[in-house]
Amino acid sequence: MTTPTIPADNPTSNDSASIRVRGTGTTATRVLGIATLVTIGWLVAFGLGFSPADRDQEDAVRILYVHVPTAWLAYLAFVVTAGSSAMYLFGKKHSLGFDRVAGASAEIGVVFMALTLVTGMLWGKLTWGVYWQWDARLTTTALLFVSYIGYLAVRGLGGSHEQRAKRSAVIGLLAVIEIPLVHFSVRMWRSLHQEASVLDSDGDIDMDGLMLFSLFVGVVAFTLLYVWLLLHRTRVIAMEDLLDDQGLDRALDERRAEATT
Amino acid sequence: MLGILAFEDAGFIVGSYVSTFGVIAGFTFRVMRGGRRLADRIDDDDKYWT
Repeated sequence: MTTPTIPADNPTSNDSASIRVRGTGTTATRVLGIATLVTIGWLVAFGLGFSPADRDQEDAVRILYVHVPTAWLAYLAFVVTAGSSAMYLFGKKHSLGFDRVAGASAEIGVVFMALTLVTGMLWGKLTWGVYWQWDARLTTTALLFVSYIGYLAVRGLGGSHEQRAKRSAVIGLLAVIEIPLVHFSVRMWRSLHQEASVLDSDGDIDMDGLMLFSLFVGVVAFTLLYVWLLLHRTRVIAMEDLLDDQGLDRALDERRAEATT
Repeated sequence: MLGILAFEDAGFIVGSYVSTFGVIAGFTFRVMRGGRRLADRIDDDDKYWT
């Protein structure tokens, strides 16, 4: 009795070497991605459908369910950038993994901060009658946005990965100081922008139950999205760094070969 | 869901959702495409998540 053999070029072969990993996904990120899509569906359903109109702002309040979560996500992303920057600078190993997380998080934060500005402008047009005012909250938010554009620009300057990590970590730690300034600007200065949406000045929840739930769904959906994007973007940066290193090694080998001939 | 079209200022409200999810979709597409493109050029052993 003979055992049937599978030809080497048979695509149905069980040879694991022939199965290449495509992209940056894993089972965990796929599950996270599905959970994110489901919660985004809920956000749209509650934000545009089930939640009631506001007494004063009427339907314009529905912008709150995307505006506040994008702002929260931008803050979170920039705090993660600062935390990872600190871990790189002050950690014993100076692991570039922290630098990649910092860079990926800042990129995502910039996207969400831009969305905060855009949705805020649309909401401002409905409630204030203008898209933009040089108001304390709007101005400090714009400054925060520009600061992190600068952070990303500095990351894009030349040099080794270690040089990139060190200089961007310093900026990442400095820029995060702006967040409390943005957050408390509505209390520190007279501002057109409303104060905290959920809590009143006594720290009590001052919001309708379904509105609060819709906002909660938005925050959960965007937080899941952030984690999912962060995992993928960090892996992409790791591959970019690896290809950079391989390209440099190849160039050095070629120069050495030239020198010896 | 078609009731959203009856909102006062529906253009601004729906526009804020469309711009938010449109930008996120664009950014996600860019990240995923970059990941696929680079993953084809790198050995699986060098992908720490595998």
